[in-house]
Amino acid sequence: MTADVRAGFRYIGQRRRPKEDRRFVTGSGRYAADVTLPGMLHVALVMSPHPAARIVAIDTAAALALPGVRAVVTGAELMQGTEPILSGLDLPSMKRYPLALGVVRYAGEWVAAIVAESRALAEDAAELVEVDYEPLPQVIDPEAAMQPDAPRVHGDLDGNVLYRRRFVWGPVAADFAAPAHKVAYRARWHRSATVPIETFGVVARWNPAQQLLDVWASVQMPKFPEHLARALRLPGSGICAHFDVDVGGSYGVKRGLKHAILVGYLARSLGVPVRLLEDRLDNMRGGDAHGPDRIFDVEMAFDDDGVVRALKIRAIDDVGAYAGRAALQLGKPITAIVGPYRIRSVAYEPISVCTNKTPEEAVRGFGQGPTNFALETGMDLIARQLGLDRVEVRRRNLIRTDEFPYTIPSGSSYDSGDYHAVLDKVLAAADWSTLVERRDAARAAGRLAGVGLCCCLEPSGGNASFEPLFNPQASNTTWMEGCQIKVDQTGSIVASIGTNSSGQGHETLVATVVGEVLERDPDTVRVVRADSLGALPSHSAVGSRMAIMLGGAAAGAARKLKQGLIAIGAHNLKVAAEACIYVDGAVALAADPAERLGWQQLIDIAHRHFHLLPPGTEPGLQASYVWEVPTGGALPGADGRVQMYPCYTFESHVVYAEIDRITGQTRLGGYFAGHDCGVMINPDIVHGMTYGGIAHGIGAALYERFHYDDDGQLLSGSFMDYLIPSAHEVPNIVIVDHCTPSPLTTFGQKGSGEAGYLGAPAAIASAVNDALAPLGLHIAVVPMTVAALGDLLATKDVQR
Amino acid sequence: MTLSPGEAEAMSLHEITVMVNGTVHTARVQARLTLVDFLREVLMLTGTHTGCEHGVCGACTVMLDGSSVRSCLVFAVQAAGSQVLTVEGLAPDPEGMSVLQDSFCELHGLQCGFCTPGMLIAAHDLLQHNLAPTEEDIREAIGGNLCRCTGYKQIVDAVALAAERLSRANAPKGSAGDAA
Amino acid sequence: MKAVDFDYLQPRSVPEICDLLAAGKGEARILAGGQSLVPMLAMRLARPDVVIDINRVDELHGIDTAADAVAIRACTRQARALDDPTVRTRLPLLAKALSFVGHRQTRNRGTIGGSLANADPSAEIGLAALAMGAEIEARSKAGDRTIPVGEFFVAPMVTALAADECLTAIRFRRWNEQGSLGTGFQETSIRRSDFALALAAVQLTLDRGGTCCRIAVSLGASGTKPQRLTEIEQALMGTKLGKAELTEAERLAHDGIDAVSDIHASAAHRRRIAGVLAARAIAEARDDAQSRRS
Repeated sequence: MTADVRAGFRYIGQRRRPKEDRRFVTGSGRYAADVTLPGMLHVALVMSPHPAARIVAIDTAAALALPGVRAVVTGAELMQGTEPILSGLDLPSMKRYPLALGVVRYAGEWVAAIVAESRALAEDAAELVEVDYEPLPQVIDPEAAMQPDAPRVHGDLDGNVLYRRRFVWGPVAADFAAPAHKVAYRARWHRSATVPIETFGVVARWNPAQQLLDVWASVQMPKFPEHLARALRLPGSGICAHFDVDVGGSYGVKRGLKHAILVGYLARSLGVPVRLLEDRLDNMRGGDAHGPDRIFDVEMAFDDDGVVRALKIRAIDDVGAYAGRAALQLGKPITAIVGPYRIRSVAYEPISVCTNKTPEEAVRGFGQGPTNFALETGMDLIARQLGLDRVEVRRRNLIRTDEFPYTIPSGSSYDSGDYHAVLDKVLAAADWSTLVERRDAARAAGRLAGVGLCCCLEPSGGNASFEPLFNPQASNTTWMEGCQIKVDQTGSIVASIGTNSSGQGHETLVATVVGEVLERDPDTVRVVRADSLGALPSHSAVGSRMAIMLGGAAAGAARKLKQGLIAIGAHNLKVAAEACIYVDGAVALAADPAERLGWQQLIDIAHRHFHLLPPGTEPGLQASYVWEVPTGGALPGADGRVQMYPCYTFESHVVYAEIDRITGQTRLGGYFAGHDCGVMINPDIVHGMTYGGIAHGIGAALYERFHYDDDGQLLSGSFMDYLIPSAHEVPNIVIVDHCTPSPLTTFGQKGSGEAGYLGAPAAIASAVNDALAPLGLHIAVVPMTVAALGDLLATKDVQR
Repeated sequence: MTLSPGEAEAMSLHEITVMVNGTVHTARVQARLTLVDFLREVLMLTGTHTGCEHGVCGACTVMLDGSSVRSCLVFAVQAAGSQVLTVEGLAPDPEGMSVLQDSFCELHGLQCGFCTPGMLIAAHDLLQHNLAPTEEDIREAIGGNLCRCTGYKQIVDAVALAAERLSRANAPKGSAGDAA
Repeated sequence: MKAVDFDYLQPRSVPEICDLLAAGKGEARILAGGQSLVPMLAMRLARPDVVIDINRVDELHGIDTAADAVAIRACTRQARALDDPTVRTRLPLLAKALSFVGHRQTRNRGTIGGSLANADPSAEIGLAALAMGAEIEARSKAGDRTIPVGEFFVAPMVTALAADECLTAIRFRRWNEQGSLGTGFQETSIRRSDFALALAAVQLTLDRGGTCCRIAVSLGASGTKPQRLTEIEQALMGTKLGKAELTEAERLAHDGIDAVSDIHASAAHRRRIAGVLAARAIAEARDDAQSRRS
């Protein structure tokens, strides 16, 4: 499908109340915890207190004897009735079941499941389960785990490195030798995650008469029904996943397969509906929803003018005890491995390591956020080393607008952009020179103050092509999305989509797109969610893909409908379709627009007056369309080069920060974000997600960490110690928009679900380091907590 | 949430009468049942949410006898004889929305909606005392409610809009507010 | 996170509370505001057999004003105390402390007595009470007892209350020294309203010449219990609290407190912050007193 970029849109880009909001403000959203079925039972888990141990024995007798307890299930029973969850890497021996089998590999791993008449009773019974553990040696630190003599997390694997490969794109050695300058540094992104306020929840009900499992889950998981069916040994049509469950935030992490497999199994074997709702303690250490935990060792070679010629990155990612899809988060950033810069040689060495910690899951950006942080740390160091302005270093390295489409060394082509324009816009909005003056005045008054910036990419559109790069068995080369639209006899438009949403406003997105194409008010377009039996293929809201893919699918279906309406009109006006014009749902003669058939007339013909339909036309008025990702369909070459994501959103942030010399607290005193995601379909929705992404980024940069002690215990396992930014910690944010349409999409839109999060940690680190620079201090570790900054500042004895 | 006969016998139940959103309810509950679980599972008022069950996230915020409280930190038995207002009680009628709710829709002060009921109650509490809040006042009022979607900006804007609309509605006829 | 089941009792008078505590039918916990206890119950870290809800005991609510003292009854809500004009005028250090306590929703339920009995080392109310030289009133079946606040906090989360005693009120006696009163309260937490990394509460009197004739300096969040730093007080008595004295106070505070390390701050960091906050709180109190002198 070629792009159909028009200068002015009627509905796209206009401010419009999102459809979804009304049900949420009236308290009538329907989340997993709101699904209550007659006879439903509740689950609680028994979790391992040890990071590594052999399970010697499990005594469930006392738990089973408690009144109100229906069942107690352990791994031995569960593995008989389910297929294992496989890793996203090529590790066929790493089989995983929801309940541990013989061995536990992290503190929080599920060992037994209690099913009882209430959650409270299930928790009472869980305390009565006696598990006899024999602790084993554990390994917590990823670099320690890489040592040859490290305790093995998986006894049957040859060490703890699950994946390692060195990619070389371009003449790296030569490009590294030539330039006059080099910088080498380590950037550490400690473990955090996007931690939604709603925990994961799932309800399942087995219907034996129909041999069908109904599932309601707070999920954001591509192919969730398919994976669940495979694990439960059901055909895909044996699962009915209800996508109309509202999800209370996910930002990547709610994959929930182990939860759903367990609950599906229980519902089937017990013959009653079963519900599992994680509580917050369950979620933090046992929900398998931790985020990136990265060590980057980076080298950049650059000229006297600060232009980077070559880049080497070694990225270690600590996936925890099991590698689900999280390991692939080292692969997706290959799509933008040089960031927004003209760097022509790259060596990239991703290393996936397992340790005895809670498993990692996909987090907003799928690895791009930490990678951006690593790259931007280098850009600032280059400026520092050469005594150049940091903004100027960006200018000299940014890809120029006349160079698009721009192919980077790893094989992806960036579709469009004007990075310099966005940078200029945000600098103007922030009034950079005044911020610098403000900083200098604060310094003169004895305070630590800094201004920072970042230039980062948000690859969008979503493509599977990083999977075969990391797992030759996974020859997936595309992700698709579908949409069905029908217009009924009354003239009502209903569009149907096949996935959950977690706040991205997909109903509004689709209604706006359909309204735009059909020239009908989006408020008259109802958007519903089919369940997995009725839905067209979807790949869920991942990879910032929905504006592009769902927007494209909805537009494709709407176009088919429009063509159908034009055909009906032309036939009844007795002219060729080319002689007609389509206006607001009516079809008229181009030569004499008074000669027209109105919307309801066309609908009546389609539904009722078969004798007036063009011969060979299907009666009724409905269309479906499934779209594959633009530029998709290629497998990687031998050197790993491949086109990954299609569209590239760009963001540039400017931040003002002051650090208290004594306490190490960082206060953000100004936040500006320039953002170019092409054409925005609904500005409030896009801006909202960007503000939220920045808040996530502030958390990752300054406050949030899953902190483990040397014994593998999670110390920040509740909201008392895992510190999420409140309205006091997130400042007012100013967004300035720019638009370089994508030539690849229907309306020129690019994706934007990850914006803000992908750039904020880099920008805040830039500001913090600017504040620390007069003291000769530097920090390349996030989060830059009060503890970290306080102790760092103390090395300079800065009290007075 | 129904109890099995075994359960009901094994534990002592307390009979409570509570007024919720203007309707009186009587029920027999376990002492350990929290107010939020009572609202959600016994009264089926699922608009109030639990996000942490240890009093930090604020998703469970309701009005209890005129004060905003974390309903995960109150037991249902403690609310006997009290009046509770939840998000379901904010709208003047089933087809309508309060000015505050409508303002959240107008400025998209939410995304996933999970923290929203708690936010609305916290904002409702503020607007009952202060119809001219500063941005700092608003951030202070919602400072105990965590949101992961919005970054708070559109929430703050929505509360400010509601305050402005309510104070205009309250202004006497012939004042400057009329022109708006 | 559902609590372990418990028997729930709702006494209507203080003697009834004391009877219940004395009955000793298993472990009993008193439930006041619930902002500290209920999370512990939900996490199953507290597992009492009996929960005694004292919120309906009318005689435990209220603020009593006399010429030389103000008493706040145990179940008085923090929000009520914060808004009370008597507290603002007669107990300014407590008013300052209350503005740092939690969020509006927690202050609407949390009580003055509950915070004191909980004895969290980073709690503001207890720290202010310590500086103000308050007295804790307690009652059991054996009778009434007055515990000076200096003896009340024994260890983190541990008070001098006996298992059968109920805290009924806290009494703040007027400082009778001639001169002007000043107060200072300083706190550092990671996010607003988080548990404090360090906090300092100071109350002092300056005589007509601006010399300090009485001073109380208390520091909290040091990991153990809130402490009066008598060494600092002695060093500052009779001085005008100038720069040299403040520097010395900071050094003494830094060296004099017990501090622990955790994921939020190292012990060394807590010491640094505590020292600076002590000096700031003293300066704040001094300036406050000076502003009242004219």
